[in-house]
Amino acid sequence: MTGSDIILQMQGITKTFPGVKALQDVNLDVRRGEILAICGENGAGKSTLMKVLSGVYPHGSYDGEILFDGEPCRFAGIRDSEHRGIVIIHQELALASNLSIAENIFLGNEQATRGMIDWNKTNAAAAQLLRRVGLRENPTTQVVDLGVGKQQLVEIAKAISKDVKLLILDEPTAALNDEDSAHLLELLRGLRDEGITCVIISHKLNEVMAISDRVTIIRDGKTITTLDLAGGDVTEDRIISGMVGRDLDHRFPPHEPNVGEEVLRIEDWTVHSPTQHGRVVVREANLSVRRGEIVGLAGLMGAGRTELAMSVFGRSYGTNISGRIYRDGKEVTLKSVQDAIRHGIAYATEDRKRYGLNLIEDIKRNVSAAGLRKLAKGGWVDDNEEFKVADDYRKSMNIKAPSVGSVVGKLSGGNQQKVVLSKWIFTDPEVLILDEPTRGIDVGAKYEIYTIINRLADQGKGVLVISSELPELLGLCDRIYTLAEGRITGEVARAEATQEGLMTLMTAHGQEVPR
Amino acid sequence: MTSVAPTNADLALGTPSASEPGNAPRRFNLNLRQSGIYIAFALIVVLFTILTGGDLLAPQNISNIVVQNSYILVLAIGMILIIIAGHIDLSVGSVVAASGAFAAIMMVDHNVPWPLALLITLVFGGLIGAWQGYWVAYFGIPAFIVTLAGMLLFRAVTLMILGNRGIGPFPDEVRTLSNGFTDGYLGNIGLGALGGADLFSILIGVLAVAAIVWTQWRARAGRVKYNQAVEPLAMFIGKLVVAAAILMFVVIQLARFRNLPWVLVLLAVLVIGYSVLTNRAVFGRQIYAVGGNLQAATLSGVKVKSVVFWLFVNMGVLAGVAGIIFAGRLNQANPTAGDSFELDAIAAAFIGGAAVQGGVGKVVGAITGGLIMGVINNGMSLIGSPSERVMLVKGAVLLAAVAFDVYTKRRAGASR
Repeated sequence: MTGSDIILQMQGITKTFPGVKALQDVNLDVRRGEILAICGENGAGKSTLMKVLSGVYPHGSYDGEILFDGEPCRFAGIRDSEHRGIVIIHQELALASNLSIAENIFLGNEQATRGMIDWNKTNAAAAQLLRRVGLRENPTTQVVDLGVGKQQLVEIAKAISKDVKLLILDEPTAALNDEDSAHLLELLRGLRDEGITCVIISHKLNEVMAISDRVTIIRDGKTITTLDLAGGDVTEDRIISGMVGRDLDHRFPPHEPNVGEEVLRIEDWTVHSPTQHGRVVVREANLSVRRGEIVGLAGLMGAGRTELAMSVFGRSYGTNISGRIYRDGKEVTLKSVQDAIRHGIAYATEDRKRYGLNLIEDIKRNVSAAGLRKLAKGGWVDDNEEFKVADDYRKSMNIKAPSVGSVVGKLSGGNQQKVVLSKWIFTDPEVLILDEPTRGIDVGAKYEIYTIINRLADQGKGVLVISSELPELLGLCDRIYTLAEGRITGEVARAEATQEGLMTLMTAHGQEVPR
Repeated sequence: MTSVAPTNADLALGTPSASEPGNAPRRFNLNLRQSGIYIAFALIVVLFTILTGGDLLAPQNISNIVVQNSYILVLAIGMILIIIAGHIDLSVGSVVAASGAFAAIMMVDHNVPWPLALLITLVFGGLIGAWQGYWVAYFGIPAFIVTLAGMLLFRAVTLMILGNRGIGPFPDEVRTLSNGFTDGYLGNIGLGALGGADLFSILIGVLAVAAIVWTQWRARAGRVKYNQAVEPLAMFIGKLVVAAAILMFVVIQLARFRNLPWVLVLLAVLVIGYSVLTNRAVFGRQIYAVGGNLQAATLSGVKVKSVVFWLFVNMGVLAGVAGIIFAGRLNQANPTAGDSFELDAIAAAFIGGAAVQGGVGKVVGAITGGLIMGVINNGMSLIGSPSERVMLVKGAVLLAAVAFDVYTKRRAGASR
């Protein structure tokens, strides 16, 4: 903590969109050389606030005042704010994947001599920046060959190259595995010590607790409070209660499982990568799910969780797939997504925007997308019946939207996820595979999603939940499988499961393999 | 079911999102984006009616506009479906020429009976579509490339069939389909100052109005039964009255000239059929799903490849229809037939509200887009504008239409 020298002050920021007040009289102070976390539910206004700050919403489109280094700022665009040393790194990384690391770092800021790019200078400067962010890669490597974690580091290197004073990271670790997250957080601490002020927006409260000096909580477009973490008396639950405006006694709804017959079993399941010849992504996996049971699948990024799920779901991933699938004890062959749906299997993807939803369509057409034939007689859709079905789901799933005619792209993450779940529940599945069902969703909506999952299990369906968040699996699942490098490395009942135990199993296989 | 003005078919099918409760401010924008094209069309018609001193809406001229643009409108129907699915077809002009040539060879050189020849021509068009659909859907080559190659391939096929000569004349029945009118089955009736008009045509018009009122009313009653919000009764009736008035005006004008053009009857059937298909059929819904988010559609169990394949087959068949109409109209299959038709069809689709990224568009929109260009062509030639000026205006209209779409979308995106 360095004194109370204020680098950024946002005063009375109010931003309205037609019909909606996104921000109301928001005040934000950032001290020089600190790490400030901004927490809030999805739709609370965090991103809007950052867009106001960076000039995406130019001066004049909002009310209020921004003071940076004590001077009032009137940014007309991102270039203006970057010029002052304010850089935002968005959740969706904005790198040109077919350019090299060095080219990306100096994109728009090319190192030129007399109008010609000086490649030696560019690459040397890039190499130096990469050392600063702790990325051991050649500056000429193409970004497409890097993992998400390393791409994140390239973004930070790019920011540093612009002589950044205030670095803003929007959900920086959302797509990272634990190891990369830890590295990134360490890097942020290093940057802070070098005098770069950081603002992070994050849903991962443990990270917020670990790294930030102060936390500002935003709810419903208003600043609620700012908590100083230096004292050590602020708890995660305190932050959560600020975010949701109520105390959450339990982050997980209580649930008594009523486990029945086996509904899905997978034996000797092996999947090969479709792009890298000969690479085995899932190796001889065996798992089973029973009716009324919520089964977890834990694994680090790249362990093959999604690949396992998608290959089971009508071979929508992978080549050279071998193994057997049993539904209600009978062996079935699922050659296509249609087959899988027909056999009562549903799969909700981890990336709902890219793979789960038609964002330009409305709620009802998304809800009906996978079960459209149920609404059709002789190939013709009964759109009144479709409206009714969608409206029933809107009510029962508590999808917050004015009507089922609302465009899905405009809903918040939690409501989008409820649309995805509605879509799959409408197909009358017996087994639901839910891949990261609460990723990018705020705390309140998470609770609702957990309640829905419990309800599904109570209806006698089998649920397989894939999640990166171990507390979530521990709080939700009756039984947890661990996956490491494509192998099932453990099966743990809820009573015996601990985070440490699971983590050991999740990393087990990697250590056994001789290098 | 013979309706005339496409706006009526649109009304008959309803726009469900236009009547939502609780979002009044957004509703206006939404409506503007959806109905902007019809307003623009109305303004253009009014403008040219004034500029031409009323000649634009003269009985013979209305008939001309329909007949002269019919083949482009038929192509636009197939094109908008392909564009909704996120693809494009640059080959339709060449396919029009090839099918016309193929039909001519059969009917003129080999004396194949005309109904059979027409049927075989449609199959021929469908096979061409299947060829392109295979490369696009199953082999995974971008449609732009496949159909660019098709543009050359099928022009070459045309030249091979025709050997660089025109072939004609066609049987009378085919010429009637392209150029002819329904007979005055019931004789004429007097309309006072307007003079005589064909009773049969007018009865068809009245029947169409009745059909529209009936389907609209039933759709509304269905929504009410399901407790959905509907527009106020006054507005509902107002819209119907306007639609009926426009429809009857066009029909009466046509009846005063030479009755209903057969291509208009064909077009009406196609527009209604394809509108219902896109709105209500499972297949139609899947087109939008594929264009809106390919991966999500795949993972929702849509047979994406099959959908795209059949869209190209459909485009081929419609290009066959257009080829027959065009050749029949000229009474000759011609090596240069259909030149740049693909551009007109694509322009019609985009002026009519299709989105560049796919997932959005309506059959009726594409027809309106085609008619906008048709009216501009016709109106400007009536006032004696040189052809370069016509081209200039059409280019500007296309750019403006897409710019409007992008602008409204950006505004919608910014308010997220």
